[in-house]
Amino acid sequence: MSVENTIKGNGATRSLLIENLEKEYVKGKPVLKGLSFEVSGEETVGIIGPSGTGKSTLLRCINRLIEPTKGSITVAGQDITKCSGKDLRMARRHIGMVFQEYNLVERLSVIENVLCGRLGYIPVWRAWLRKFDQADINRAFQLIEHVGLGEFATQRADSLSGGQRQRVGIARAMMQSPDVIMADEPTSSLDPKTSVEIMELLKKVSSTEHIPVLINIHDVNLAKRFCDRIIGMSKGKIIFDGTPSELKDSHLSEIYGGEDWLS
Amino acid sequence: MTDTMTWERFTPGQRLARFAVYLGAVSLFVFSLSTVEIIPEFLYDAPYQLQDLFTRMWPVDFASYTQENIHDALIETLNIASLGTILALFLAVPVALLSANNITKSPVLNWCGKFILVSSRTVNSLVWAILFVAIFGPGALAGTFAIGFRSIGFCGKLLAEALEEVDHGPIEALRAAGAPTVSVLLKGYWPQVAPAFWGLALFRWDINVRESSVIGLVGAGGIGVALDTALNLFRWQQVALILLCIFTIVIIAEIVVTKIRQNII
Repeated sequence: MSVENTIKGNGATRSLLIENLEKEYVKGKPVLKGLSFEVSGEETVGIIGPSGTGKSTLLRCINRLIEPTKGSITVAGQDITKCSGKDLRMARRHIGMVFQEYNLVERLSVIENVLCGRLGYIPVWRAWLRKFDQADINRAFQLIEHVGLGEFATQRADSLSGGQRQRVGIARAMMQSPDVIMADEPTSSLDPKTSVEIMELLKKVSSTEHIPVLINIHDVNLAKRFCDRIIGMSKGKIIFDGTPSELKDSHLSEIYGGEDWLS
Repeated sequence: MTDTMTWERFTPGQRLARFAVYLGAVSLFVFSLSTVEIIPEFLYDAPYQLQDLFTRMWPVDFASYTQENIHDALIETLNIASLGTILALFLAVPVALLSANNITKSPVLNWCGKFILVSSRTVNSLVWAILFVAIFGPGALAGTFAIGFRSIGFCGKLLAEALEEVDHGPIEALRAAGAPTVSVLLKGYWPQVAPAFWGLALFRWDINVRESSVIGLVGAGGIGVALDTALNLFRWQQVALILLCIFTIVIIAEIVVTKIRQNII
């Protein structure tokens, strides 16, 4: 990892503060009902909850792919909800995002997909002519090595397997030199073994980059195994926020409803 | 044994409706036939006239290929087709961006884009050619513009459709990384529509080779001019050669395009 990057990560700026976040797609029918939490340091936070409870909406509100209705979101000391236009773009560069379906540009090579993480930093003509900074290119190769895809750097993304693609997605997010990384169901399209590897990688990213990582996840066991902290959501509210060891069956039954499935 | 069950594909109402549609179609055909005003004498005469035409065309006047500059006209036709296609592609890209509703969010602008595309297509290339001959005077320039403007609709519509069908995932990812709109277009949309773009460019060039051999009839350059002259002077053997040339060049264009599409896309 580059030196200046490590220096920049002084913990205090690399934080995410969410206060009273509300989102209504339809007026009067809130999906998120006043969420508040803070994440900082090298914390790995797993967000669990049933489908349709607003986990994805929460993450997309943080980088404003979805407009929050109310509340404030502060990333690295800057209130994202007050940004617009160019300021919003500048702010988004500091929030890395990893997607369930990887969202790579299939017809571009691995290295170019990773370099896409720098698009917010470079002028359009450089993107067009593929004139990336040498420092960026070096870092991209380092990251590809780091996520274990060294030999695939110049292959096209559509020739990779699901797990490999997700690794490219993670490298692309890291390429942004983000202050926080959010992963939206990063393991839901992967087999159990690959899921574990991806979670290990995200955990490693958190400690090497000194940034918090937020992970939406269906698999409660994976969440408990890899996350430092679990946030349990149900019906648009946070109803559990604590360490994995504090998460008991009673909480799970409250989050997901019913208890027959717990055994 | 169970009771006899009746089953019919259509209800009586549906059968009546279907019969009405058939009846309507037949009566429409009979009516249109009556408006064509076929003159029986000319119709009976047709086989003889056809035979006569062919005898006058034979033997094909191959000598005029170099003597009457048919070779040059042929090259000019290809140039008109190629330059016209390039012009069309340049003009079609902005219009396609304007009419793709996932890129331009304003319905009014989408409508403007679609209007340009439709007007380009509804005007026949011969009509475009007449217009541009009036503007630039007769010659290859008018032909190039006619072909170009005629092709905007085709290229723009297909490109806009390709743009609307892209996978939204990568676009979302690039926007989430803070990429400016133009960079998102270059790195998110373009790689996804590039195969469609080159495919439609080749396809349109193939069509334009055919179209550009006709527009010369109204003076817009190319082999059509030679054809027009030969027809007016009743040089049937030369007409035969020109038709043969057009046929050959169209077949070659078709083969070339098919080969390239197989190998590149």
